[in-house]
Amino acid sequence: MLSYIIRRIAYAIPILIGVNLLTFLLFFVVNTPDDMARLHLGMKRVTPEAMEKWKADHGYDKPIAFNPAAEGMAKFTHTIFYEKSIRLFLFDFGRADDGRNIGADIRQRMGPSLAIAVPGLIVGLLVNITAAMLIAFFRATYIDAYGVVLAVAMMSISSLFYIIGGQFIFSKTLRLVPISGYDTGWDAIKFIVLPVVVGLISGVGSGMRWYRTIFLEEIGKDYVRSARAKGLSELAVLFSHVLRNALVPILTGVVVVIPLLFMGSLITESFFSIPGLGSYTIDAINSQDFGIVRAMVFLGSVLYIVGLILTDISYTWVDPRVRL
Amino acid sequence: MGESKMAALSFQPVVLWTDALVYLLLAALLAFSFYAIKREHLRAPWRQVRRRPLVMSSLVVLLFYIAIGLTDSFHFRKPLPVTEANQEIQYSPEVLSLLDWLLEDLKSNTERSYSAPLAAYAFTKEMITVEDGTQRRDYPRLVYGGAHLQHPETERSADLLALVLRGGTTGLVLAGILTGAFILRLSRHHRKGFGEMAGLVMRGECETAWKGILITLTSILILSAVVIPLSTQYHLFGTDKVGQDVLYLTLKGIRTGLVIGTLTTLVMLPFAVSLGIAAGYFRGWIDDLIQYLYTTLSSIPGVLLIAAAVLILQVYMDKNAEAFSSVTERADVRLLFLCIILGVTGWIGLCRLLRGETLKLRELEYVQAATALGVSNGAILVRHILPNVMHIILISVVLDFSGLVLAEAVLAYVGVGVDPAMISWGNMINSARLELAREPVVWWSLSAAFILMFGLVLSANVFSDGVRDAFDPRLRGRS
Repeated sequence: MLSYIIRRIAYAIPILIGVNLLTFLLFFVVNTPDDMARLHLGMKRVTPEAMEKWKADHGYDKPIAFNPAAEGMAKFTHTIFYEKSIRLFLFDFGRADDGRNIGADIRQRMGPSLAIAVPGLIVGLLVNITAAMLIAFFRATYIDAYGVVLAVAMMSISSLFYIIGGQFIFSKTLRLVPISGYDTGWDAIKFIVLPVVVGLISGVGSGMRWYRTIFLEEIGKDYVRSARAKGLSELAVLFSHVLRNALVPILTGVVVVIPLLFMGSLITESFFSIPGLGSYTIDAINSQDFGIVRAMVFLGSVLYIVGLILTDISYTWVDPRVRL
Repeated sequence: MGESKMAALSFQPVVLWTDALVYLLLAALLAFSFYAIKREHLRAPWRQVRRRPLVMSSLVVLLFYIAIGLTDSFHFRKPLPVTEANQEIQYSPEVLSLLDWLLEDLKSNTERSYSAPLAAYAFTKEMITVEDGTQRRDYPRLVYGGAHLQHPETERSADLLALVLRGGTTGLVLAGILTGAFILRLSRHHRKGFGEMAGLVMRGECETAWKGILITLTSILILSAVVIPLSTQYHLFGTDKVGQDVLYLTLKGIRTGLVIGTLTTLVMLPFAVSLGIAAGYFRGWIDDLIQYLYTTLSSIPGVLLIAAAVLILQVYMDKNAEAFSSVTERADVRLLFLCIILGVTGWIGLCRLLRGETLKLRELEYVQAATALGVSNGAILVRHILPNVMHIILISVVLDFSGLVLAEAVLAYVGVGVDPAMISWGNMINSARLELAREPVVWWSLSAAFILMFGLVLSANVFSDGVRDAFDPRLRGRS
């Protein structure tokens, strides 16, 4: 088991190097520091001095990958590649364009992101699975047929519509919760409720349909027939046999997204002005702060790979037949 | 002189990048239909699709959207009026499409600012000079919306009702005639009586679900017959901030949505198919390399990769601004680039599926027989593997479509969507967000974009479900 985990982590290293090289290529080779400086200082009438100053201020004034002017190892370390890309491996993200420390900002913004994402995931899972089991119980009846039609219709509505509609109805018209914002401690609850509910509604269509397929697949198996044959009621079959076996595909599908919860949701956070990592990213995109975008790309891929490894481990945990 | 006069009547056709790809896609679709028509294993699932009324009506709705999108994909420039004799003909810098030409009234009938749907008065008060010279603050009359009415307060509802009734009746009569003619032709074809055939169609006992198709067509005809007179005399969906008709904007948004949904797949298909099959078939280091490639790409969060690429494109475009002769061309290149980037992030799922399927297929007897007979790898891939993964490709193309249309709106909100100058549902929704904060609320352009988007995505979802049920061998036979 341990050797498997070590092997998986070793396998993750070339992937992270690949991600790093790719982002480096995108941000510094396709798009040179000169371009970046010009973008930030305005396209027209930029003096070379101003550009040099901007580059020096933000640490982009070194050669890209090889510094012939320096001595020894400094030939490689006094370069943009070393300072901006290699340091990502040590989770040293450097400074944003406004001079703030990106690493500190990320740590600080993780909390609000999780405060939205974790309840959202749990409530979503509970509701989706309950709804899917209800529909699977009434399979091949009108309830099933209309349920699927409803799910497809709900899937076809843009997530933006749910957010805008939710804010309009619950905050603007009914005035139940504040429209957007965030607070610390227990006061945060009134800001969290609406995003979680909206996320639940916008995900219930596809979620319910997905879990329904999983349940129906399990219901078609032989062990379900034997359970019915020995006289168990349909409800008992559903809960003690089908649900337990269906948990294997459900759990493995969920585990892979757990680490990515840290990243937050771009759209939800920015609509509800929650100071999490999602809105951090969106602000960085809008203000074209490449340093933050690069850090988030790297963080995202690390978390994704962690998710993959956790998925493999959880397989062995829920299904003893799987040996690593 | 005579020659230049002739030329002055002509238009200069403009083929944008996405237009060319849309034509290519159309050609590919036709070629695939010809290919499929001759092959029983591809015709059998299609027969299953054809029998399901809901799937067929969603196909009709989709085709309706596609028809609008296609008329919006033929672009041209109008010649500018010739001012002096023997002057070279100059073409207007504005690139128009066939749809713009058809909807010329909608496009040019702009008001000054917001107006509610079907309104005769503007949405905000202005200073108006009355006949006797005094000024007062009131809602001014619209220039085009309900301009034919003398006293909108009293006449408007009656006028609207009359327009709706007249349009609805026209549509119903037209649909009735067309349905009758169609059933007549069908009965001739099957050598049955008209009444018998009509009974068969209505009970859904034909090979094709004609009932669903006819009902959908009737609804579309009635809807169009109501919408057309309403939109010529009023602004059916109101006007936006600069007074543009919202109906026109949403109709223009159809093309953008369709292009993103289809061209993305067209762009990524060659990569996904060739790499997926190669990885599964050759195994070894080729497999390792391709797996490494897609694991690396899929580990980068999709939105961030798209954002990074679009930011970089923006820098490039600002640097080479002179390379684009018009705003339309600039927006078009950005749209194409967006499709490519969405394709880069989207090909991984299909590639993985194809790899897995090819791994299974290559061990089957017929492939081993071909290898034993000395058939080359290339021939095996094209003749034995590719036809047997066709259903996976088809299913994933159709399933991806609706997700991409929805993604466009989200990307526009993040600020990395299509060019702000391009009309798209995402841009409409994005700009309408602030309108909801106004008092009273400006809800119409948001709702119009959402409604048309919902129609397209819903019909695409229903259709793709039908296609998947019919083409997926694991689901075939089950309902």
